[in-house]
Amino acid sequence: MRQQPCNPSHFMKEYFFQDNMGKPMDRVDGRLKVTGSAKYSAEFELPNMSHGVLVGSTITKGRIKSIDTKAAERAPGVLAVLHYQNSPKVPGYVQAAHPTEPKPIGQPHRVFYDEQVYFNDQPIAIVVADTLERARYAARLVKAQYEEEKHATSFPKHQGKAFLPTAAQRNPKHGLNDYVRGKADAYKGENLKIESEYVIPSEMHNPMELQSIIAHWEAPDRLTVYDKTQAVIGSQNAFAREWKIPVENVKVIATFVGGAFGNGLHTWPHETAAIIAAKKVNRPVKLMLTREQMFTMVGYRPFAWQKVGMSATPDGKITAITHEAIGQTSSYEEFTESTLQQTRMMYTSPNVTTRYRILPLDVSTPIWMRGPGEATGAFALESAMDEMAHVLKMDPLEFRLKNHTDRDPERDRPWSTKFLKEAMLMGAEKIGWNKRQLQPGSLRNGDWLVGYGMGVGTFGAHRNRASAKATMFADGRVVIQSATTDIGPGTGTVMVQIAADALGISPDKIIFELGSSLFPPAPSQGGSATVASVGSAVRDACIALKKKLASLTTGNADSGFRNVKYEDLTFQNGQISLTSSPGTKLSYTDVLKQQKLPEIEVTEESRPSNEERQKYSMYSFSVHFAEVQVHQLTGQVKVTKVVTCADAGKIVNKKTAGNQMIGGAVGGIGMALTEGAVIDDRFGRYVTKDFAEYHIPVHADTPDIDVVFVDKPDFINNAMGTKGIGEIAIIGVAPAITNAIFNATGKRINELPVTPDKLI
Amino acid sequence: MSKDHSPDQFLPENEGGQSHSDARRTFLKQSSILTALALTPTAAIKAAELKFEEKVAAVFEKVNITLDINGKKQKLAVEPRTTLLDLLREQLNLTGTKKGCDYGQCGACTVHVDGQRVLSCLTLAAMADGKDITTIEGLANGDKLHPMQEAFIKHDGFQCGYCTPGQIMSAVACIREGHADSDEEIREYMSGNLCRCGAYPNIVNAIKEVKNGGHKV
Repeated sequence: MRQQPCNPSHFMKEYFFQDNMGKPMDRVDGRLKVTGSAKYSAEFELPNMSHGVLVGSTITKGRIKSIDTKAAERAPGVLAVLHYQNSPKVPGYVQAAHPTEPKPIGQPHRVFYDEQVYFNDQPIAIVVADTLERARYAARLVKAQYEEEKHATSFPKHQGKAFLPTAAQRNPKHGLNDYVRGKADAYKGENLKIESEYVIPSEMHNPMELQSIIAHWEAPDRLTVYDKTQAVIGSQNAFAREWKIPVENVKVIATFVGGAFGNGLHTWPHETAAIIAAKKVNRPVKLMLTREQMFTMVGYRPFAWQKVGMSATPDGKITAITHEAIGQTSSYEEFTESTLQQTRMMYTSPNVTTRYRILPLDVSTPIWMRGPGEATGAFALESAMDEMAHVLKMDPLEFRLKNHTDRDPERDRPWSTKFLKEAMLMGAEKIGWNKRQLQPGSLRNGDWLVGYGMGVGTFGAHRNRASAKATMFADGRVVIQSATTDIGPGTGTVMVQIAADALGISPDKIIFELGSSLFPPAPSQGGSATVASVGSAVRDACIALKKKLASLTTGNADSGFRNVKYEDLTFQNGQISLTSSPGTKLSYTDVLKQQKLPEIEVTEESRPSNEERQKYSMYSFSVHFAEVQVHQLTGQVKVTKVVTCADAGKIVNKKTAGNQMIGGAVGGIGMALTEGAVIDDRFGRYVTKDFAEYHIPVHADTPDIDVVFVDKPDFINNAMGTKGIGEIAIIGVAPAITNAIFNATGKRINELPVTPDKLI
Repeated sequence: MSKDHSPDQFLPENEGGQSHSDARRTFLKQSSILTALALTPTAAIKAAELKFEEKVAAVFEKVNITLDINGKKQKLAVEPRTTLLDLLREQLNLTGTKKGCDYGQCGACTVHVDGQRVLSCLTLAAMADGKDITTIEGLANGDKLHPMQEAFIKHDGFQCGYCTPGQIMSAVACIREGHADSDEEIREYMSGNLCRCGAYPNIVNAIKEVKNGGHKV
């Protein structure tokens, strides 16, 4: 493990004399993706494959009285029908800890463990057959009788039962405890104030790829899974714990992941069900969830109620903010997220109060969905900012600039870097903010009312421990491996760019391999930390490789580099040269050939320097601008333009990063206008259970989207100067749109999604 | 299940008593056993061990079809209930065609059947008998990518890549149909293909480039 010093001139040498970082390079896996050759988890061919189909509970709470599997077992091709009475025991169940970070109180649902039913469509049996059609047919023949109990799925009805998360109750220093800066609830005594409640429904990640797994016991204590996960190492550890087998006996492969947005950050019941089934039938079992099951078994953004009170001086200085939130969780796990973080640190207010509570219902456990918590919180905070500005008769951009802070007011530390103000001005210019009228309903285009809105987002700039292995071959190729994943942001591509610049070779000589637990460990792909974490490891591995090349050269009497120090060498264009005398040079391949080495390899682990990081507050920032048109008669909302701006450090690849920003904006359009998972509380079952009922944005919902990058490096976060963008791309988009709707119509809809019925 | 709300409960096979298909299966099983009994006893026992009657029944229940898939004629025996999508993915290992919903709501499974874009999840394999199928694997000309594939790479018309084969097959058809004359038209006629990563603007740019480039698609 080595730490790179935080010396900008050093980075200048390492990076900015090279030219791959920042280039809009095409994706390295683009060809595989456009030809259908990219293999996602359900697409690996194994001999003797069998197919599993899950049977879900048809009640929401209670216990299974009896389960009749005779007809299913007799159906053609059926190999096994497994449920709590006959399932092979999972040895790690009792002590099971949460498989990936963080650790909610309680434990993940233990599939086929007992007769208890905790949520509707809970997997109660798996049918395994030799073909998919036969498994699907037989699954319909399984009949269960239940002893039903009264369930609670309605959030508003049970809102009063919300409580402080147990983790915070146990530890007064826990970040989920109530927060007070200055005086608690100070807004209440002020004259110029607003107070509003906000509701967002549960939202489903709904990646296009259905959650899938192929489970294969290669030996009684040796498991291989091809799994849709954002954490191959996290899943490997979880399965090893679950089956009480050595970690190295579990292999997790996720070469391509067809989107995830957070729902691959947890291991789910269907994964264990497939592994149980594979154990029983002693054949590989392939299990692909149905779209309905994507609503009930693999997490979601939890239903949330929020309330914001805010006060300000007549000239627009915020004097107090109180922000309260309640998030939904399941009855068996306490899921929490940082809904209120942005309120604590975004604006200069001397008085800030936040209170976070959770409400367990008879539903499955939520999981972080893109911009987790923060996107929920930003909807309330940034809507409140707009409401306050309206009360003050002030331009919302001016109001935000007036309350901008150059120091973190929560922790009283400097920011590592913050260029949010620049981003705001760049974005305002691009959307044509000067066209916005202070008075709502002032602009129109025929029958359409036109409005402009903005919303700000932020997310912690995280970096975690990660490692990478780099191998250079005598023909000049370099293969780099790390157990990260690529759920779509273009991880493989940017790693190649980072490596190309660090090594001083062409990107087309570099192959980056990911998505296997056999590779050196890397954290889960979540929390916008992959480039900072894995990129640092890749960079360190490349530097170690150069040092190895240098040591081979400088120790060689014939090389012309004898006894030269590493610092006096330049590595460029695949050659080592003396910085003082560039004519003295040797290609990397010649170094290996001279030493008769077929390859050289290094493995490096890279850790952030916590001591250095503690001195700063580190965040990515974003600001989004929306132009909307609202039809006066029908209430139809058209988003006609979005400008989305990121202050997220150095941008490694403007093409893939720009695409991520666009994707976040599209996700925000869904959040604002179309998405909402609805439970029929009489039955506890989702009525929105497919794409006909749960509306994600389509081509026709998506306008031109301009992306603006401030593109200023943050070298305190890491040596490449990067910060994450995946989360901030969506955080603040929904309020930008709803604020624009207010500006167009004068109607403030604080319950998402803003469907036409709410506007007429 | 006692409270099954799925529409399949209305299918005859889920009603009480022996359904039509079960009766047919029983008949086939019995007749194959009779056939087996006509053989030597050893052969009959062996046949029983190998679930011979099951295999015979399975053969009789299959439909023989001929499909031209990506320029290659294939004679196949498929169950009548097998969808074109599952045939491609599970039996022919043509996994470029994706399953995103199984209800014709997402477009990930789009293929060309006799040159038209078709949702393979809503198409029974047996319905495609005698037809020409083109999947994403058959779009390129050998190593040379189709212009739409090139344009998707250039404009980064995807992130995770899962909806991409369907988007590309649909995009090619969209131009062929003459529905790519403006951004609005492309957006309208591509709205059956969902992309949760939200790469829509890049997809539109890719389609525009191919359309305006005058490429033969």
